[in-house]
Amino acid sequence: MRRFSWFNATALSLGFAFLYLPMIVLIVYSFNESRLVTVWAGFSTKWYGELLRNQEYLDAAWVTLKVALMSSTIATVLGTLAAYVLVRAGRFSGRTLFSGMIYAPLVMPEVITGLSLLLLFIGIGLDRGVLTIVLAHTTFAMCYVSVVVSSRLATFDRSLEEAALDLGATPFDSFRLVTLPIIAPAVISGWLLAFTLSLDDLVIASFTTGPSATTLPIKIFSAVRLGVSPEINALSTIMIGLVTIGVISASLATKRAAVARARDEQAAART
Amino acid sequence: MAEPVFAPWTDPEAKPLIQFRNVTKRFGDFTAIDDLTLDIYEREFFALLGPSGCGKTTMMRMLAGFETPTEGHILLNGQQIDTVPPNKRAVNMMFQSYALFPHLTVFDNIAFGLRREGKDKDFIQARVDEMLRLTRLSKFAKRKPHQISGGQRQRVALARSLAKAPKLLLLDEPLGALDKKLREETQFELMDIQEKTGTTFVIVTHDQEEAMTVASRVAVMDEGRIVQVATPDVIYEAPNSVYVADFIGDVNLIRGVAKARTAAPQATPAPKPVPEPATEAAQPALNRDPRPEPNAMGAWLHDNLLKPILGERPEDDAPKALPAPSPEETAKAKPAAAPDIPEGGLSIDWVDGQPALIAANGDAALDGKKVVLALRPEKLSIGKDRPDAPNVLRGKVIDIGYLGNISTYHVELTDGTKVKAQVANTRRISRRNITWEDDVWLGFTATAGIVLEDEA
Amino acid sequence: MRRFTLIAIPYLWLLALFLVPFLIVVKISLSDVAIARPPYMPQLDLSEGWAGLKAFFSELDFENFAFLTTDELYWKSYLSSLRIALISTLLALVIGYPIAYGMARAPDEWRPTLLMLVILPFWTSFLIRVYAWKVILAGDGVLNSVLVATGIISEPLQILNTNTAVFIGIVYTYLPFMILPIYSALEKMDDSLLEAAEDLGASRLSAFWMITIPLSKGGIIAGCFLVFIPSVGEFVIPELLGGSGTLMIGRVLWQEFFNNLDWPLASAVAVVLLAILVIPIMIFQRSEDRARERGE
Repeated sequence: MRRFSWFNATALSLGFAFLYLPMIVLIVYSFNESRLVTVWAGFSTKWYGELLRNQEYLDAAWVTLKVALMSSTIATVLGTLAAYVLVRAGRFSGRTLFSGMIYAPLVMPEVITGLSLLLLFIGIGLDRGVLTIVLAHTTFAMCYVSVVVSSRLATFDRSLEEAALDLGATPFDSFRLVTLPIIAPAVISGWLLAFTLSLDDLVIASFTTGPSATTLPIKIFSAVRLGVSPEINALSTIMIGLVTIGVISASLATKRAAVARARDEQAAART
Repeated sequence: MAEPVFAPWTDPEAKPLIQFRNVTKRFGDFTAIDDLTLDIYEREFFALLGPSGCGKTTMMRMLAGFETPTEGHILLNGQQIDTVPPNKRAVNMMFQSYALFPHLTVFDNIAFGLRREGKDKDFIQARVDEMLRLTRLSKFAKRKPHQISGGQRQRVALARSLAKAPKLLLLDEPLGALDKKLREETQFELMDIQEKTGTTFVIVTHDQEEAMTVASRVAVMDEGRIVQVATPDVIYEAPNSVYVADFIGDVNLIRGVAKARTAAPQATPAPKPVPEPATEAAQPALNRDPRPEPNAMGAWLHDNLLKPILGERPEDDAPKALPAPSPEETAKAKPAAAPDIPEGGLSIDWVDGQPALIAANGDAALDGKKVVLALRPEKLSIGKDRPDAPNVLRGKVIDIGYLGNISTYHVELTDGTKVKAQVANTRRISRRNITWEDDVWLGFTATAGIVLEDEA
Repeated sequence: MRRFTLIAIPYLWLLALFLVPFLIVVKISLSDVAIARPPYMPQLDLSEGWAGLKAFFSELDFENFAFLTTDELYWKSYLSSLRIALISTLLALVIGYPIAYGMARAPDEWRPTLLMLVILPFWTSFLIRVYAWKVILAGDGVLNSVLVATGIISEPLQILNTNTAVFIGIVYTYLPFMILPIYSALEKMDDSLLEAAEDLGASRLSAFWMITIPLSKGGIIAGCFLVFIPSVGEFVIPELLGGSGTLMIGRVLWQEFFNNLDWPLASAVAVVLLAILVIPIMIFQRSEDRARERGE
């Protein structure tokens, strides 16, 4: 029996109020008729209308989505590969440097990552735009993916791969047919993480982008720097809504899978 | 007896250390403990035995103070302790998981309780050293729990809970995590420490062998109730219910209807040739034990307790040269002498066409009732010749479980029911003459079984 | 051969896009600013061969680093960044620990939901979460409107554009990083340890201090570093919520680069920032390694 006292209940209520009230405020004010936060001028969806008519936001959203899809996909492939090398390749010269390069971007301040990549792109004369943002996002996102995937690989029962090899599979087949399906949940969460990080990134994108490509965070940042903007409230509400739907449906799917599994196991135990 | 027997429960003057007075504990709709009354005396080694979910852990947690009774009271030394919090009780507990503090050394773990009492440094040092010596852990005082073996961890947990010299020590499945050999050693160590410290021990276990080995008294529990409280030998030899008989050790349960015996004992009727068709239709009266393997408990008891009393098995002395008896021969054969059957008791009709079984120790009050004759496998003799016994059964060996020191013969009786007989292997395996598919005789005395009222 | 390719692909990627760029930063930090494209010198001219290389290296110096120590703006910014990060980390610990504790003590069936509720903000845009506080804390923002309307205060409070707003912003955005490691340490803890402590005479409060806190130490340390390290180099939060007086080194770097176009100085700022962060990162790595060893 765990003790769940009034203290715990208070801590949880206050804590979650702190985490969620700011977002609720944004959502509420996105429906405010008035441009000012001070006054509640009645319910209205006009800011959503203005947002959707604003071509700049739509363009920026499209660029962001494109960058996020490309960079997260490449980062997932590279990150999974890196995780596999990290966990499975054993010793090779330069392994310490390799694992250092995997972990360093996780703690590197974004301003430094952004600055260094920008200086590289200038140094090699690469025109800044969507491509450079994708390269930059891929680089730091692949490190997150490889951390997620390698923690799953570390607990992976190696004898499964050995069994596949023993039954005549080539190493590639055993990876494709045995390892990958088993680590798939970790790979998918790695992809989601990479996707979110890319969607979210302001600092690195600001450094590595050129005039041709403006991402949504850059657009939002330049708008909110000056003050409160009702269009941004509406945009925030849409984004919060999308994320909430995504996270809740993902957790429901996981839960349903767990329930189905438990039921199958029970059924199997009865026979 | 020169030595006085430790049995305070038989002394009406003795003051119990622990008293459960009509204690009921409910969790929501679930009744974990149901109106339970029980006394435990000082210096006892008391075992709570039962399957998981029987309420034994709840009882222990109420003693420790982690649960309070819904109804009724618990008294320690005559004082109510129902609502005394665990940190204010002179009761300590050894946890099933040991619950050793992983960030503290062995020494600091043992000293934890003493420091809470605010004892001075020298006293703590001396007391912990004493505990370390008692549990043979002196060498490991500076180690952390993860740096010692499972058996050593178990001893640290014991030392920690004994350090405050509690009036009562609770042990929650203390040996569950140890392997079999270590468990057996530790059982004797526990008994030794209990005797040395004079502390009252209450142990919770689902392992009947463990309970029988260590305890002065055993309480067998089922669904929140105590079914029987008695010394281990009484629990084993005289269970008060089919539940207890079946839970403790291996048992053959033969169901039938009891009839009081008043007449002088008569010679056992000569066995008739097997009336096969008659028994075919008869409802199988024998309860087949669901557990296929005989357990080590029976073996231990047999070797240490029963063999010296009962002596060698008759079939081991049987002449080896004789051919297996054919049905005609046995039909003609007359018992050499009428077995000596005590008067009184019950006879049990258990299957049509078979002679009634005689239980001279049966309670005449059960006359006419449906009963179960509980028969320990080691109380059955097995041989190729008809034994000179008040009760005999015929059958065929269908399986032999060889356990080294003993063998268990699974015998299918002529009516198809199965009975187990256990025999000590005093001779080498190659010299024993009973094997699969052999026709055998089983025999047992008129007092071998226990007659219990059939609850089913 | 196959193994070699397998290793080479991610390896080369990281070399080209992580290590090489960083070396370029180091190199430029040793160069001088110039009115040119790119705006620094010397430029490496490989066409002149060995002499060019020699000329190139002779031009490199530590002038920028020397400048960082002479102008008090820089060292004050470093100190202020560390101070703000430290205070925010402690605040996050004080707020996050009870939440993590409450989660770990919550009934089993609630815990997955509570965990999801803590993680959910992490998936929502960082920028939006910071911006939300701008809406709340502004002079004509939600908080002031409510406080004035209820008569608690007569004049709006100036919270936005102060360090207080930066503390709130950092604590708010990094709180999940504090809660999660502490929660996972507390959740792993065996309840019978607390029962054992009580059984041995400890009160609930002393059992908490002597058992729960030491056993969640690993989670506390991890949480603190996970909040502290990114906070030091933070740019968005001080830019959006802080005032002109809020000195943080990430902001200084941004300004040197984008506003003053002094790339060599911005690079020097970056190199020093990294040097400062290496110490806590190493300590964190060591404590994580030790925790892993203990776990085995």
